[in-house]
Amino acid sequence: MKELMKGNEAFAEAAIRAGCRFFAGYPITPQSEVLEYLSRRMPEVGGVFIQSESELAGISMVYGAAAAGFRAMTSSSGPGYSLLQEGISYIASAELPCVVMDVMRYGSGLGDIFTGQSDYWQAVYNGGHGDYRTIVYAPSSVQEMADLTVMAFGKAEERRNPVTILSDASISQMMAPVELPAMACHDPDAPAWALKGKGNGHFKRHTSVMYYMNEYDGYVRAKYEKIEKEDQRWESLETEDAEIVLVAYGISSRICEEAMRSARAQGRRVGLIRPISLYPYPVNAFDGLAPRAFLSVEMSALGQMARDVALACGMRAPVYSMLGGTRLYSCSDVEARIGEILGAAHGAF
Amino acid sequence: MSDVVCSGFGGQGMLTAGLILARTAMILGKNVTWIPSYGSEMRGGTANCNLKISDFKIGSPFVTDIDILIAMNAQSVDKFMPMLRRGGLLVIDAALCGASFRGDIRIESVDATGIAERSGNPRGANACMLGALAASGALFGRDETRGGMTAFFDSKGKDSAKNVSCFEKGFELARNLQGAPAWT
Repeated sequence: MKELMKGNEAFAEAAIRAGCRFFAGYPITPQSEVLEYLSRRMPEVGGVFIQSESELAGISMVYGAAAAGFRAMTSSSGPGYSLLQEGISYIASAELPCVVMDVMRYGSGLGDIFTGQSDYWQAVYNGGHGDYRTIVYAPSSVQEMADLTVMAFGKAEERRNPVTILSDASISQMMAPVELPAMACHDPDAPAWALKGKGNGHFKRHTSVMYYMNEYDGYVRAKYEKIEKEDQRWESLETEDAEIVLVAYGISSRICEEAMRSARAQGRRVGLIRPISLYPYPVNAFDGLAPRAFLSVEMSALGQMARDVALACGMRAPVYSMLGGTRLYSCSDVEARIGEILGAAHGAF
Repeated sequence: MSDVVCSGFGGQGMLTAGLILARTAMILGKNVTWIPSYGSEMRGGTANCNLKISDFKIGSPFVTDIDILIAMNAQSVDKFMPMLRRGGLLVIDAALCGASFRGDIRIESVDATGIAERSGNPRGANACMLGALAASGALFGRDETRGGMTAFFDSKGKDSAKNVSCFEKGFELARNLQGAPAWT
């Protein structure tokens, strides 16, 4: 039976069903429904909900809960997500699992509360200091929000690394029918890393300093190489015969899919690659494709993802950008841009 | 495929009207997206939601060409009437009847605010508007919409009887102010 839920609510409920029993965070638009929902729901399942005094305190509490073996998470939006970065770096360095959601709104500083995709660089290329990456999933529907949240908890434990859900105001504020996952149990005493007090057991420690480990450089490199090799996720639509391949994630991918279907109906050969994991970037999706052009479409004024598209396709074809920001492009804007590029590409031949 | 905008003053229940239609669509097995406008609106400002209902996969949740506009204040008519498709439907509160309208759209009117007040349920004006929408035949029928409304209020643990009563009155008392142009 499906429920009608906001993306934010689907995230919160899916986390509960994945066995998450610890949330600490601070409200911020357009993410506040997560706290509203969990403040009621967490006590029902015997979990801990804390509205922390700041984002920095919240992520530090998540660090502690993760060290004790709990499935733990926090969520925020741009300005608050910046404050989480120090803690994320510590958790990544200590190799503990956790889930962090950033619901992107547009802009730097306080910016605006309207939808945007301008935290790409921050989420995908480490907002915090040091040699780490976080695995980043970008949902494009309320259903996928629920599914990826469950997957995120599993992946975080499998890789002993924070996983970021990079949502945006549209996907998080949108309501749609969702099939929720079944309730799963998580035993916080089960993970090998769970600290419970030494007692008669052996000594365990979590630390973000690395002078306890030999060959750290090779170790950390191998860890992320494995993730890059094995954890790519994407959806390809009608790319095989495409003259132009759109590349977009989150809310932009929905607009692009509509533009693609409309262009196909008019006989234009348009395809779409929708990255689901932004780190690792799904470079394998570009294997064997030889369109006349790629078009990266994102709601950022500076083209944050476009260079990843260029790297992924090896510049076998020109990579164009369609950019947004304070203005939300529509399906017809994307179609017009496709027409411009194909016109120019034909002219060039 | 129906692209719907519900718009009015904050507190007039237009976001809820959209949610009721979204739930009705879900019960009927349709794909549906609902997204609210939110932002730095002033108290007393306009609140609206975008609704897409389809048998097919829905792309952007944002409505650009409106099939059905449910408007409870003049600002909403001014803002969204230009986005109505030719032959589209405008459902208005009868208080707005005196305004000037495009000639190439259908208009259904109901004294939603008055009916709701006389029923002792002033917050039921949105249910009256949904009654008028059902009467127009443009989206869901009477039984379907009533079912969606009951399911919506049940899910909130609220009694829907008063709102269903407003819905029924809205259905009965709605009148067609302007028919579809012959060429549609």
